[in-house]
Amino acid sequence: MSMKRLFQNIKGLWSLLVGLKVTGGELIKPWLTVHYPRQEVENLSSYRGHIELVPATDDPLTPRCIMCWKCVEICPSRCISLRMHATGEAGVAAADDPGLLLAPEVKSPYSAHLAPPPDKIERILDSYRLNYSLCSLCGLCVQICPVDAIRFSRNAYLVGTTRQSFELDLLARLKSQAASARGAAPTQPQGA
Amino acid sequence: MSQDVNSRLTGDFYTAPFGPRLEPDGDTLVLNMGPQHPATHGVLRVVVELDGEYIRRAEPVLGYIHRMHEKMGEVKTWVQYLPNMGRVDYLHALAWNWAYVGAVEKLMGIEVPPRAEYIRVITCELNRINSHLLWWGAYLLDLGAFTPILYAFADREHIMDILQMVTGSRLTYCYYRFGGVSGDVNDEFIRRTREFVADFKKRLPMYRALVTDNIILRGRCEDIGVLTPEMARRYGATGPVLRGSGVAYDVRRAEPYSIYDRLDFDIPTGRKGDVMDRYEVRMAELDQCLRIVEQALDALPTGAHIHPDLPERFIPPKGEVYYAVEGARGKIGVYLLSDGGPKPYRVKLRSPGFSNLSLFAELAQGTLLADAVSILGSLDLVIPEIDR
Repeated sequence: MSMKRLFQNIKGLWSLLVGLKVTGGELIKPWLTVHYPRQEVENLSSYRGHIELVPATDDPLTPRCIMCWKCVEICPSRCISLRMHATGEAGVAAADDPGLLLAPEVKSPYSAHLAPPPDKIERILDSYRLNYSLCSLCGLCVQICPVDAIRFSRNAYLVGTTRQSFELDLLARLKSQAASARGAAPTQPQGA
Repeated sequence: MSQDVNSRLTGDFYTAPFGPRLEPDGDTLVLNMGPQHPATHGVLRVVVELDGEYIRRAEPVLGYIHRMHEKMGEVKTWVQYLPNMGRVDYLHALAWNWAYVGAVEKLMGIEVPPRAEYIRVITCELNRINSHLLWWGAYLLDLGAFTPILYAFADREHIMDILQMVTGSRLTYCYYRFGGVSGDVNDEFIRRTREFVADFKKRLPMYRALVTDNIILRGRCEDIGVLTPEMARRYGATGPVLRGSGVAYDVRRAEPYSIYDRLDFDIPTGRKGDVMDRYEVRMAELDQCLRIVEQALDALPTGAHIHPDLPERFIPPKGEVYYAVEGARGKIGVYLLSDGGPKPYRVKLRSPGFSNLSLFAELAQGTLLADAVSILGSLDLVIPEIDR
């Protein structure tokens, strides 16, 4: 009986030593973590950051968006709002209030603009806003867009201290990106 | 004195959830076990009545993270309910994705392309490994072992990187769509998954040497919280909790869905039904997950990742449907009732954690307080899934 107990104790002690050997081996292994302010992760090619507008192929300042409102309608948390006007017409008032679109299948007076205007009238996007604090990054808007005018940004390091800092103006973002790209483009040949 | 204790406790908020009072036989202590605060998530409050170190009664208190997921289903369109599924159980989000998507596909008769089925199996099994690893780390943390969670997180990191490549997210996935998945996998994904499977196979013996064979862990797990198959059935327990008691019930085998009937894998079961058996079942499942992933990768067909001819608006016909999948914690069931409208008439979610938690009160009765922690951890509870 006591021999069995002694044997069990030795076996138990041995299991602790094996564990110590494992943790000891880890001590000499290289770092796996990315130390953020000094290093950044690189695997963001398919990362779902907040959405952003895709510029038209011929003009980086104009979004590809055709203002069909499909993204606004499919969004589960109603975090996209956009405002447009057609040339020669007054802007559509209050069209960007997502709170009033409680059910997309119900046509409220505010969604009367859903009937597409004649082709000749040119539609211009006035604002495209995203309330990122509501977004759940499901990707339904990206998937439903008929012209691929929305994509996920790779903005993995977005932080803010106020709720307002997550109310993003995507049209302004597109324009500032185009401007910085244009500002960078002439300097590049000089450097090269 | 005992009379005094009894009168002090009656009608108290802490004792209100208890059933009919037991006969007082001396001093008992009512203890609030576990943190609870609205800002913390994934925590459980258990009110226990102690007699010395022994538990006379234990009562889990639920509802603190109730988010009305079922009610939300009634106010959103069919497709808009998809992101909710990643948030019911954040650890095995893809299984919930699958349960809901599968239910709608069954109701509408949508066919899923074979490639999408294989992608679903690969990603869902990777997610299951992810979930079991977090359970492993957190459970050992409950028992006072700090190091294992760091090892578990090192491996989890690889899985999350792999899943991020296809899903775009790292935790609350919203990847499956009606009729397929939202994005195709590429060669890089396949290469990294194969790499991970090979690496992880080498890590499993290390896990065993570090933790499973450790005498301290065995002392805290063996012959504790013995759950008989009869009791497990009575409470409707599923998943590793049921299999630990020796019942080889796995939805992937019992009611095969998708392509699981074409894959070769075992269903690990325990013998005694104690905490150690439940632990061993989960560790053995890690091995089986790797087997499934390998087979699915080998057989991954070419083709579309989503059904090419889908309606823009999903409006299922009138009717009801129930679809069950095997999650990391057990049987996940989604019941849908459609009135032919743009939104579900009723959504009912069957979460395995709820049934698995409900047996805790009986299982913990008469055990040491320290053993109750071990028993609670061995049930692998995800509180957001229990409350929904």
